[in-house]
Amino acid sequence: MARNIQSLERAAAMLRLLAGGERRLGLSDIASSLGLAKGTAHGILRTLQQEGFVEQEPASGRYQLGAELLRLGTTYLDVHELRARALVWTDDLARSSGESVHLGVLHQRGVLIVHHVFRPDDSRQVLEIGAMQPLHSTALGKVLSAYDPVAHSEALESERRAFTDRTVCEPDAFENVLDLTRARGYAADIEETWEGVASVAAPIHDRRRMPVGSVGITGAVERLCQEGELRPELIAAVRDCARAVSRDLGAGRF
Amino acid sequence: MTDTHTAGPFIAAIDQGTTSSRCIVFDRDGRIVAVDQKEHEQIFPKPGWVEHDANEIWANVQEVVAGAVRKAGVTRDDIKAIGITNQRETTLVWDKNTGEPVHNAIVWQDTRTDALCRELGRNVGQDRFRRETGLPLASYFAGPKARWLLDNVDGLRERAEAGDLLFGTMDTWVIWNLTGGVNGGKHVTDVTNASRTLLMSLRTLQWDEKICESIGVPPQMLPEIRSSAEVYGEITGGPLGELLGGIPVASALGDQQAALFGQTCFDEGETKSTYGTGTFMLMNTGDKVINSYSGLVTTVGYQIGDQKPVYALEGSIAVTGSLVQWMRDQMGLISTAAEIETLAMQVEDNGGAYFVPAFSGLFAPYWRSDARGVIAGLTRYVTKAHLARAVLEATAWQTREIADAMTKDSGVELTTLKVDGGMTSNNLLMQTLADFLDAPVVRPMVAETTCLGAAYAAGLAVGFWNSTDDLRANWRRAAEWTPRMDADTRDREYKSWLKAVERTMGWIDDES
Repeated sequence: MARNIQSLERAAAMLRLLAGGERRLGLSDIASSLGLAKGTAHGILRTLQQEGFVEQEPASGRYQLGAELLRLGTTYLDVHELRARALVWTDDLARSSGESVHLGVLHQRGVLIVHHVFRPDDSRQVLEIGAMQPLHSTALGKVLSAYDPVAHSEALESERRAFTDRTVCEPDAFENVLDLTRARGYAADIEETWEGVASVAAPIHDRRRMPVGSVGITGAVERLCQEGELRPELIAAVRDCARAVSRDLGAGRF
Repeated sequence: MTDTHTAGPFIAAIDQGTTSSRCIVFDRDGRIVAVDQKEHEQIFPKPGWVEHDANEIWANVQEVVAGAVRKAGVTRDDIKAIGITNQRETTLVWDKNTGEPVHNAIVWQDTRTDALCRELGRNVGQDRFRRETGLPLASYFAGPKARWLLDNVDGLRERAEAGDLLFGTMDTWVIWNLTGGVNGGKHVTDVTNASRTLLMSLRTLQWDEKICESIGVPPQMLPEIRSSAEVYGEITGGPLGELLGGIPVASALGDQQAALFGQTCFDEGETKSTYGTGTFMLMNTGDKVINSYSGLVTTVGYQIGDQKPVYALEGSIAVTGSLVQWMRDQMGLISTAAEIETLAMQVEDNGGAYFVPAFSGLFAPYWRSDARGVIAGLTRYVTKAHLARAVLEATAWQTREIADAMTKDSGVELTTLKVDGGMTSNNLLMQTLADFLDAPVVRPMVAETTCLGAAYAAGLAVGFWNSTDDLRANWRRAAEWTPRMDADTRDREYKSWLKAVERTMGWIDDES
């Protein structure tokens, strides 16, 4: 078995020390409790402080547990909360774009559709909530793969099927697509998953800038594209919507 | 929700609600251009009493109208009319010479007139005025609240009989102030608000003099009853007069009727249900006044200008969204309301558990005040996830019971249910509703159907929209849930639910 990393063990001991008994401790108390030199203890505390796991009281110079530790356990965003927050914005996106809107999150190596707004043209459509889409070929999936490291490794490790002639499957080419997605702030899928269908999607972030999902529109390639390119006003509408939902999530948990 | 793609002209709508006042500016497609909102204080002088400061409400209304217009970045020339929707039944009396309220407004939830309503029922009981007004004698309605004020505020009856006082629901208060107040403000109400006073005859759409006398409200203090969509006057005077003077004030609808209108339920049999803390379901019954024998209320749906009035049957469910809040706040089983769906999705069914939230008795269609809440069918197998299912199913079954009562009274089968309100973001609940009703459930693209209804009515009155067909063309389906449950399962589950309902009755022993 490999040796443990000593400084991490010491950091863990410090957090335990600050979590129990007296809540605020000075540098010398911490150093002597753990049998460390002051300089060593200070180095570890400074690192923990930078990460937000420890805070220093300005007046007394004493240390206490940081707010980041509390957040660690509560960052999970309920997908139904995400849908409730996204409802008005996605309705408006469907109205302004004239296309159907989907909201997706990472789930079991794919994109789980958690919200779907119909295309506003009165045609018969079926609610697709609960359906799965591939990570590597759809706009929703590319956005998740580009921004969420877990999605990224899952997309790379799983088999990337060629659904059409245009599906990007090779690892290097796929990485280039993700680079482009990050650079532009949105992803496109022009007939890479379904013949005749295009989609565009943008990332939704929570209050800590963590990627929590993606939102996008999907429709006939003839409507979404002009001379082979996605229409810029549609891209703008999708990004506006993603930003609005992100803003809403940043406003607090309730 | 401003959007650079929308261009004028516009219609504005005020929603004077129970907890806040809002103003929304809509474009011709019925899309939201700007919103402003402000909450007002809830005053609880005694247990069961709820009041609002009418001056605070009027100040807030002026603020949100100015705010919404500013956010929309438009001028008075871009706004073709303003409409009003309001919390229903909340009652105010004010001095017509000074414009000062003589007392706080008595809010619809206030139960101080319970005893008075029982006394007014005399030997006949709750249904004494039902044939004429469509309503049971209950503390919600406005007429008895006005009588309480006249009986309990010093000198009020004399001033009322001398003609110095004006009565109104919140639509009347807002319109009177918008159109000039003491300087010639219009003292009017619309048929939908008037139909919640217990003072209006549903057939003549006029104040019923005999009932006014029985309840003890002098007719000279009552506003003129007008249609829901016509120009009552123009914005005049005050800071709003400077900003928006001359804009026609062109609609008034009680909030639930406004939602019916906003959902474009213009044909007989079309039904909407609004899912908030409680739930209000209204069915358009066309030109028929249907007396309910199943515990529903008969009300006016709307009236456009000099066209014939359209009537509606209404059923309300006291506890729906508030049951989810109860699971969050009192039980601590979830941390946000949306999590109820996450919890419920962990299991396939209710595990045999049924939750009847008769927290303050059973309402429509039973009307049993001796009932209290019950969780039935508990075994060791049942988890909190099953209870979460049972919570959502309770809302769906209660909707089914109202729908059954409506079918019984009207003879019209529910073909589709149009839904709105906060709980429509709960996909599992919407699917369960479709399953239990055995009818499709559809959600429109604009969630703000209440304000939209008021805007639609005002727009019709000034010719911004030409007909209800124009409005229908604006309606967009955002989602539709179709029934997936087989009939046997549905019938078996319904039977179990009804058994659980049975278990709630008679819990309170000495009901006077």
